[in-house]
Amino acid sequence: MTPEFEWKTTREGWGHGLVDVGMTFEDVVVLVGDLTGSTNVNFFKEKFPDRFFQMGIAEQNMANVAAGMSLVGKVPYYATYSAFGVGRVVDQLRVTSGYTPCNIKIGGAHSGISVGPDGATHQMMEDIAILRALPNFTVIAPADYDQTRLATIAVHEINGPCYIRFGREKVPVVTNPADSFEIGKAQVMAEGDDATCIAYGQMVSEALIAHDLLLEEGITLRVLNMHTLKPLDEDAIIMAAEETGAIVTAEEHQIYGGLGSAVSQVVCQHYPVPMEYVAVMDRYGRSGKPEELLDAFGLRHNNIIRKVKKLLDRV
Amino acid sequence: MPRLGWNANQLQEKALDVRRDIITLLANAGSGHSGGSLSCTDFATALFFNRLRVEPREPMWEKRDFWNFSIGHVTPVIYSVMAERGYFPLKDLLGFRQFNGHLQGHPSAHDTPGIEVSAGSIGQGLSIAIGVALASKLDKNPRHCWCIMGDGEQQEGSIWEAAMSAGHYKLDNLTAIIDVNRKQIDGDTVDVMNVEPLADKYRAFNWHVIDVDGHDIQAILAAFDEAENTPGKPSVILARTVMGKGVSFMEDKAAWHGNPPSHDEAKIALEELGTDYDTWYKRLAESEGSRP
Ligand SMILES: Cc1ncc(C[n+]2csc(CCOP(=O)(O)OP(=O)(O)O)c2C)c(N)n1
Repeated sequence: MTPEFEWKTTREGWGHGLVDVGMTFEDVVVLVGDLTGSTNVNFFKEKFPDRFFQMGIAEQNMANVAAGMSLVGKVPYYATYSAFGVGRVVDQLRVTSGYTPCNIKIGGAHSGISVGPDGATHQMMEDIAILRALPNFTVIAPADYDQTRLATIAVHEINGPCYIRFGREKVPVVTNPADSFEIGKAQVMAEGDDATCIAYGQMVSEALIAHDLLLEEGITLRVLNMHTLKPLDEDAIIMAAEETGAIVTAEEHQIYGGLGSAVSQVVCQHYPVPMEYVAVMDRYGRSGKPEELLDAFGLRHNNIIRKVKKLLDRV
Repeated sequence: MPRLGWNANQLQEKALDVRRDIITLLANAGSGHSGGSLSCTDFATALFFNRLRVEPREPMWEKRDFWNFSIGHVTPVIYSVMAERGYFPLKDLLGFRQFNGHLQGHPSAHDTPGIEVSAGSIGQGLSIAIGVALASKLDKNPRHCWCIMGDGEQQEGSIWEAAMSAGHYKLDNLTAIIDVNRKQIDGDTVDVMNVEPLADKYRAFNWHVIDVDGHDIQAILAAFDEAENTPGKPSVILARTVMGKGVSFMEDKAAWHGNPPSHDEAKIALEELGTDYDTWYKRLAESEGSRP
């Protein structure tokens, strides 16, 4: 039996989280680059019009205007697609907000292949690699609506640049709004000792389906939701290596520089075990329906299952 | 014959076909950008059927004029004028945004013959056209370079780095066309982030500025002549247009920037454009030719 999920967008979680955090803290301001509706900052705009800034299609300016606001005590959250809010502004993020560092929060919408028909330009799959490489950045990719909402609130507690990644389409709700969300602390989503799947974002739900299907064959797969890509929960990874002896990572991101690379580093250094990777294999995306693309790019529970079996053959 | 040189009447008729293609392919795809595609249609048709020296069957022909749409999202009009001009069969338009088609949501040099450079992140195209223009001068290649931009796109700082360098290098083999439809995703450009006065800005960056009604084909042709024949400066044509032009319920509405018509809306739109959905779908589906 595969689980039945409720489906909601993560970007709505960001939108509602902004209103929550804006109610609590008056220092919260929101900036957007001509994408108010699709990044769901419209909720904040309606509630706090004075603290909302339309910056037009000018991401480089927006990133550093946010940095400037942070210098005098604001906590700016800016929103656009991750392709532009990360991709377009790498130098601004590296020198101004990373190096200084500045207390800005970035919302990166439309990440991953599941963006669908817009195609490769909009399917950002290099954001995690870019931002993990920048000192002082906190990088979060929540699994679902509720977790995105909690992450949007939680980053206010961190005094430094933070990134929250979210997608375009509705994704399964896999966490509980009552769950605690701790930045840098992986969540055990399902128990198991034969192998571990470490995933983030939408791939957590695919891992949970893989867990259930493997159980029918008597294989127990631990599922870790690694919602924080930086700082990485090394203890949870080492424990998974020690206790399950095999790890597959799963992500809607390029193979180079993503979660797979990050986990490998920890595993190699502390407790080497066989690993496999479910990721985008060093290619750009393309147009198509989200489901069609997840299938074609091998980002499904059956891909996870295949990799788990491959691992079990090895250990 | 690389340059077709069609007259205004012929262009008017072709522009109507292009609008019908745009509506049909958008409804068929179920996603994509209607508004800017329709505002660009008249000058894009004039460019492809009157002006450009290109060999669609041999897209990399050495003496070709260079063209690129810096606003990559207007693929419906780009692909329609390309197909009508013979770069690939009209029936390919029905594969727009489909997994198995070669017509990506945003232009992909990797997938589509005749698309020379991939695009879709706003604000990059003018620099590319400048690179081609500079290199062409170096090679004494007579080609003219045409870059189409949006007015919202003028908000990107990279546009102004490009504008500065084109003026600096006196690139009279470069013409930019800006689709000034006064709308972008979040509403009226003047409210989102005002870019006017564009004419004064470009003049200050040492460009020759031509202000024109972007739906008056005769005026567009005159602007092309003026742009190509102004020495010592790059030219910019400010094409004053209406978003969604030609479809009553889309005209002047920012909501149509990134949305396709539903099948029912497409039926109404095609009626306004003097045909019907089935007829036009058939024209595309049953078109002759194969991909070069
Ligand atoms: C760098 C970048 N930022 C944001 C976007 C998202 N986007 C696509 S089109 C568009 C608006 C473009 O406005 P305009 O140039 O006026 O084109 P029109 O709306 O007339 O089609 C935006 C913000 C993008 N594609 N690239």
